[in-house]
Amino acid sequence: MAVEGIGARALRKEDKRFLTGKGRYTDDMVAPGMGFAAFVRSPHAHARIKGIDTSAALAMPGVDAVLTGDQLVGDGIGNLICGWMIHSKDGTPMKMGGWRALEPEIVRYVGQAVAVVIADTLGQARDAADVVVVDYEELPAVIDAVAAMGPDAPQIHPEAEDNLIFDWEIGDDAAVNAAFEKAAHVTRLNIRNNRLAPNPMEPRAALADYDSAEEHYTLHTTSQNPHVARLVLSAFYNVAPEHKLRVIAPDVGGGFGTKIYVYPEEMVCLWASKRAGRPVKWVCDRTEAFLTDAHGRDHQSEAELALDADKKIIGLRVKTVANIGAYMSLFSSAVPTYLYATLLSGQYDIPAIHANVKAVYTNTTPVDAYRGAGRPEATYLIERLMETAAREVGLSPAEFRRRNFVRTFPHQTPVIMCYDAGDYDATLDAALKAADYDGFAARKADAAARGKLRGIGISCYIEACGIAPSAAVGSLGAGVGLWESAEVRVNPIGTIEVLTGSHSHGQGHETTFSQLVCERFGLDTDSVAIVHGDTDKVQFGMGTYGSRSGAVGMSAVVKALDKVEAKAKKIAAHLMEASEGDIQIEGGELKVAGTDKKLSFTEVALAAYTAHNLPEGMEPGLKEGAFYDPTNFTFPAGTYVCEVEVDPETGKTEIVNFVAADDFGKVINPMIVEGQVHGGLVQGIGQALLENVTYDDNGQLLTASFMDYAMPRADDVPFFNLSTHETLCPGNPLGIKGCGEAGAIGSPPAVINAITDAIGSNDLTMPAKPEKVWALYHSSMKEAAE
Amino acid sequence: MSKVSMVLNGKAVSADVEDRTLLVSFIREVRQLTGTHVGCDTSQCGACVVHVDGKAVKSCTMLAAQADGAEVLTIEGLAGDSGLHPIQAAFREHHGLQCGFCTPGMVMSALDMINRHGPGNLDEQTIRHELEGNICRCTGYHNIVKAIKAASDQMAGMAQAAE
Repeated sequence: MAVEGIGARALRKEDKRFLTGKGRYTDDMVAPGMGFAAFVRSPHAHARIKGIDTSAALAMPGVDAVLTGDQLVGDGIGNLICGWMIHSKDGTPMKMGGWRALEPEIVRYVGQAVAVVIADTLGQARDAADVVVVDYEELPAVIDAVAAMGPDAPQIHPEAEDNLIFDWEIGDDAAVNAAFEKAAHVTRLNIRNNRLAPNPMEPRAALADYDSAEEHYTLHTTSQNPHVARLVLSAFYNVAPEHKLRVIAPDVGGGFGTKIYVYPEEMVCLWASKRAGRPVKWVCDRTEAFLTDAHGRDHQSEAELALDADKKIIGLRVKTVANIGAYMSLFSSAVPTYLYATLLSGQYDIPAIHANVKAVYTNTTPVDAYRGAGRPEATYLIERLMETAAREVGLSPAEFRRRNFVRTFPHQTPVIMCYDAGDYDATLDAALKAADYDGFAARKADAAARGKLRGIGISCYIEACGIAPSAAVGSLGAGVGLWESAEVRVNPIGTIEVLTGSHSHGQGHETTFSQLVCERFGLDTDSVAIVHGDTDKVQFGMGTYGSRSGAVGMSAVVKALDKVEAKAKKIAAHLMEASEGDIQIEGGELKVAGTDKKLSFTEVALAAYTAHNLPEGMEPGLKEGAFYDPTNFTFPAGTYVCEVEVDPETGKTEIVNFVAADDFGKVINPMIVEGQVHGGLVQGIGQALLENVTYDDNGQLLTASFMDYAMPRADDVPFFNLSTHETLCPGNPLGIKGCGEAGAIGSPPAVINAITDAIGSNDLTMPAKPEKVWALYHSSMKEAAE
Repeated sequence: MSKVSMVLNGKAVSADVEDRTLLVSFIREVRQLTGTHVGCDTSQCGACVVHVDGKAVKSCTMLAAQADGAEVLTIEGLAGDSGLHPIQAAFREHHGLQCGFCTPGMVMSALDMINRHGPGNLDEQTIRHELEGNICRCTGYHNIVKAIKAASDQMAGMAQAAE
């Protein structure tokens, strides 16, 4: 029992169940009479389905149903959609091809589902899925996004000529051209942002249960936003109206974006539960996850930075081709546009920016938001450019950045965003100091004496979090509003339940959201429970992604707490015959200032519910709700410094020191914030050094297991040196900016800048695998010798 | 079908299962102990680590029949009724878990690591190397390594105090 308010390193309330095996994840759920689903998936990247023979499968033991796309379409189940409209620069809307949850005609990526088997056991379902005969006519496939726009590429969707979904632009092209004409120096880079598999450790899962008597569905699923899932399943996929569909996201084992979307499998389980007349469970295996979970990144860009004679930036020109995969996933269009190009100004005062983004279909797994979503791509591009430009013009990378920092706020960039608050010098200074930047030369010499190549790299990132206000995102094409809701229920004995539309899948909301209540009323943390992840309990909410739970979700809680506090004070004033303005809340008691009169929070709560003696006209009860819509995005920012040693004999990179100095605004629980940064950093380091989704030319996924896709292990990374430096966000009541994605956004360029510094060659692509680094170093040595 | 019997968390259990039943399926589905998780199909992730006759085993890689007659310990049996085992307590104290999915396997691997090296004999490098078979996507390993080191040292202190 402890009162742990804002800023406390409160240990997590949820930990005991996770540590003792009492967590309740979707795969842990059992429904009486449930059957198991196994999907039949395309082995081809592009093929026409000439026929599906389910007869042998239907005759297998334990099999209830074998369902195909024709039946799904016949039952009126709708296509999967992308919920963010983007218009091309010529004003035409994006060209979205149809996506059915089970494809009856043309498959467009390896792993696409074409049929599902429902059987008594998982083994029986899988055995039967193996004998479903699908007659395919193979079609040519294209994997690379630039190649997909070429004249010889196969047409993937009839709606999108040359496989081009949109050709979008932002910024002032003429102003940028003028800047480049007068530039004293231009730095150019071709940049590839590698495709990643998010890989939360819990694979996706669904348990769908149709109640024929009530015509009601219940779906337990691995979702970051169960209300949005219900909305989409109801409004677009016609599975059931909202009041006949309950979506529960219980304990969820990591998300990182993957679990934002409604996928074909979860939809099919709901539909199949009605068809088969029994609850249906499906649990993704890891290879299915690699094949079907939305991938992240996959950009190819040309970037140019124009500098004046004082080495100040005067223009930035970016051309990006974004690989969207075979279908447009739920937020796929927003990622390479409004979540990417609007952050291209970085921490810098850049008067003219223009970006052109082409989004392209390929015969690969759909691509959507993965931790950072667009902002890592923008940060990697600008921070690689900054480091390269500094080297070219002979300034220290730190000094070159400092020379171009934004220092007055609010700062309107040429690409929509208006930065509200920050202190970029403070985080740069802190990071350089913590990294002993000035002592680097001595460490480099020492490494050289040991036969190692030592390098140091900087990354100054900025991101936009919260993904709100609703009116702003609506004007940019979002199909939904991005506010958040909360309800604070004070029970008659003074315990409190907070219902939130945010969803925790590792972020520790049960602890941090409780801290808000403890802070407000001086109650101990055991008096508070956080309720989330169930559409029957929480009325509506937008879920958790884009580092929005603190900035938006907690703000809604604060608004509801304000209302509860106001009513509690009114009741207390009435009972103690005092003026409402004299009531102070302290240590779980409501006191009359300057007197010894007081009531416990429990006494006031009980008075609200007995309602024997309330102020004239007051309704009984103590329960308040709030919706909170922010006034702006939030802008976390910081500086990361990475120091590496490369072994010239093997090309292997070791990260010997990594410093992160972040400004997340108000920090509610430093322990949890540090954990978020650690995890983000390692995902970013994984992108920089290890991870790469790889297809062969026919569209076969070569990295479809943990044996083939290099996830960061404990011995790939060091301990991290973290600090936070607070400037409050003026856009929400607590001043929170958000911390969930920063690590993954800021770290990749710091790592690559360090390696290129170490090996003296800049032409390095991610992931910086040893053979690549070795070859680059030795070819640059050879060139230097010639 | 095979009849499989084992001592699971100190309790004798047996069941008739399909020959192809994995140990993890026996634990999760037959015995309904859902703390042991499945995170991959290739014995890489370590979410399914349990102890069989005192040694850490990936229970997704062993048939239930192979554990016939064995003593099996899962995360549910680690602390008994006494709250948290020192390793569990250290994971909480050091924030060595976020989503919790890899956590049971991490804790069981940590116990095996401490048993093999002896309490108090783990340094950072050894812990990181020993965690090769356990993947965590949330924590960046930073706090897991700290938690295991702290637990190892604390268990050494407890062992000393007991002498």
